[in-house]
Amino acid sequence: MPRRQDFYSDSPGGFEINLDHRKLKTPQAKLFTVPSEALAIAVATEWDSQKDTIKFYTMHLTTLCNTALDNPTQRNKTQLIGAAVKFLETDTVWYEMGAQLDFGERVGYRVEEPPALAELQKNEWDPVVTWAEKRYNVTIGSSTSILGPNIPASTKETFVSHLASYNMWALQGIEFVITQLKSLILSMSLIDRHITVEKAVLLSRLEEEYQIRRWGNVEWAHDYDLCELRARTAAGTLFVHLCSESSTVKHKLLQD
Amino acid sequence: MAALGAPLRTLRALLRELRHAAGRSYRDSPAYRHVLAAFRAHRVTSEKLCRAQQELHFQATTYLCLLRSVREHEALHREYHGRGERSPQEVAGLVGFRLPQQPGGKS
Repeated sequence: MPRRQDFYSDSPGGFEINLDHRKLKTPQAKLFTVPSEALAIAVATEWDSQKDTIKFYTMHLTTLCNTALDNPTQRNKTQLIGAAVKFLETDTVWYEMGAQLDFGERVGYRVEEPPALAELQKNEWDPVVTWAEKRYNVTIGSSTSILGPNIPASTKETFVSHLASYNMWALQGIEFVITQLKSLILSMSLIDRHITVEKAVLLSRLEEEYQIRRWGNVEWAHDYDLCELRARTAAGTLFVHLCSESSTVKHKLLQD
Repeated sequence: MAALGAPLRTLRALLRELRHAAGRSYRDSPAYRHVLAAFRAHRVTSEKLCRAQQELHFQATTYLCLLRSVREHEALHREYHGRGERSPQEVAGLVGFRLPQQPGGKS
């Protein structure tokens, strides 16, 4: 395959991506337009990195833009925010009871056995929960009950209100990150630049990391999952930041 | 703000990743030029620019993580998950046969 030059171009509606002199389109055949130049450059770089075949599973920013443009799940802002805040009830930081729950907020459920893991959860997650409580002026807490902690309605309202301050594109990104990390708390911590992507992913995978340290690493499974989660989380975070910078984004495209 | 380490280190690592991604003409790629320009623009270390510098550094760190993780993930995919099925030629070769050559048709 001959080397393609992937450029982007500026237009009144936003930045477009040119592939071999044709304009990139979304899966639903809309013109691929992004509100931020830096985002367009990053997307063009994704296309430029493809060698013999187009590996869409590595093109996370392109995928996120397609989702923002096509909105295939047809969700409006309120529904997106609702989906994001719903994770608060079952955040990773709450639950870990042996069986991995595939939905809901990670950092709240705490195990009681084994003690080493419980200790690890306390040392790693408590500071993040404390930070979130301070930053957002809310009560969160933690629990060893399978029902999780009781999140006050006011806490949920605070997060709903905070998320509403983001535009639709950034919100798609936020919801994506939350789904990957299975935690609203970790996602906000990351998006607020309190922790790095690597740290957020580590905290999200705390039990896996604990088991790996005890039983050994299996590269084709563990590292594979780790790299994929890092890539997606990093893409989502970058996407949110690039779509939120008021000085550089084209607002017309971002109107809800 | 998360503890990010030295910006120069991030910049070097990021440019290296971009070189991997782009290939020969990496220095002319929009991403390479954009990253360099952004770092140069924020080089002044005064109190006023501190926050903007930090935000840029965080963005660069995040982008570095993205490029690195995608590369590592793809390498693992190729190594462990990418093999797929053998072609008819390979299967024949397993038992010491070669597929017949047909004039003007299947090889």
